[in-house]
Amino acid sequence: MNEIGQMLADNAPFLLSGLLTTLLLTVFGFLGALLLGTTIAIFRVCPISPLRVVGTVYVEFFRNVPLLSLLILIVFGLPDIGLLIPLFWCGVLGLVLAGSAFICETVRSGINTISVGQSEAARALGMSFTTQLRLIILPQAFRTMVQPLVNNFIGILIGSSLAAAVGVSDITNVTQQLNIQYAEAVVLFLLSGAVYLVFALGAGGVGSWLERLVAGARTGGFR
Amino acid sequence: MTVPPLVELRGVRKSFGDFEALRGVDLDIARGEKVALVGASGSGKSTLCRCINRLETVTSGTITIDGQPLPQEGKALADLRAQVGMVFQSFNLFPHYTALENISLAPVHVRKASKADAETEARELLERVGLSDKAQSYPAELSGGQQQRVAIARALAMHPQLMLFDEPTSALDPEMIAEVLEVMSELAADGMTMLVVTHEMGFARHACDRVCFMDAGQIVEENNPGEFFDKPRTERAQDFLSKLLHH
Repeated sequence: MNEIGQMLADNAPFLLSGLLTTLLLTVFGFLGALLLGTTIAIFRVCPISPLRVVGTVYVEFFRNVPLLSLLILIVFGLPDIGLLIPLFWCGVLGLVLAGSAFICETVRSGINTISVGQSEAARALGMSFTTQLRLIILPQAFRTMVQPLVNNFIGILIGSSLAAAVGVSDITNVTQQLNIQYAEAVVLFLLSGAVYLVFALGAGGVGSWLERLVAGARTGGFR
Repeated sequence: MTVPPLVELRGVRKSFGDFEALRGVDLDIARGEKVALVGASGSGKSTLCRCINRLETVTSGTITIDGQPLPQEGKALADLRAQVGMVFQSFNLFPHYTALENISLAPVHVRKASKADAETEARELLERVGLSDKAQSYPAELSGGQQQRVAIARALAMHPQLMLFDEPTSALDPEMIAEVLEVMSELAADGMTMLVVTHEMGFARHACDRVCFMDAGQIVEENNPGEFFDKPRTERAQDFLSKLLHH
């Protein structure tokens, strides 16, 4: 037991850097996916049919390709076409591309929960499609999307562990390296597993808090 | 020389799949005129009303507003809709904005009025519909009648040339119908051009210049309210009115 304690103490900075990398991968991945996914969702509901096609093709491609394949494609494929991106950002890019396909569908179903009367009222006032989305539809839709977005966040968090396989030094990669050195697989992977568990539980907690916040607002009774 | 009508419908047809909701409707509405559109449920009144600001697209026929045919979806249509106010049966207020914001939102973001001007006018409109104390209330905190009065104020804030009312009192409790009809009567007295789809025959008789009676997708009778209610000419109108009076 002492040996394990010693191992952890000796490698604390290394482990912490892995933990931080996992956190940053997830946060950047999620924020990027939220932005891109919302944009693609807008494509999928917009009145211009070529954009709807682009949205559909995007979702069907990135939702149905394994994240690991995508990451390998990015890490080894982009340099082939002359694009050199730091490894960390390759990981983020993969998470954004895959995550946005899922978030797109979350946002789209959120938009679909808003009654058609809201859109009709906005159109009757002369609002353009984008004004309507920005002022009327999306602010209401996001309130219904808190828990599904927590799911998407956790998906990206857990997916971020695949970045280890292409060499990003996240917590999974770091514990893997230590395992090679110390041959303490169970302890080390329990440790990295615990990191994901704690982050995911934290995300769930934030989600519940956000949901209560929205429900507690004076407008909460509208549904 | 005659003044051209503000709204002109010619041979308007609308099908939903196999069902023909409108079967060739001609209708002129003069500037300042108040027209009541009455008839049984499913006769096409609401569809006709929704076609005028193109919330429904017509299958064939033409609709012109102020001499201008309804444009395709896009900027020109948005501009035109901004001049045509609409009040819905289910109010459709924006639940995440206060009453004041509901009214000032479109003037700020569509008509590009300054926020201060839009809010000043929104307060005036709230006073006009008798709700000056509800500026900071959210729709969920208002009664149905209050919500519908805010919805009327919201439409008026865009300075429309024409107001469309699609069964504005049908979702209201009886005691709230009067407050909404009162606001509408005042609006009519102020000279607003109005098309009102309604089951409130009292309002049609007293506040409107003309009654159009629809049946099975057509206007089968139109007349001034006095003549229409006292001496309906067609059998279908007689039948409709007798059912209203005898229950």
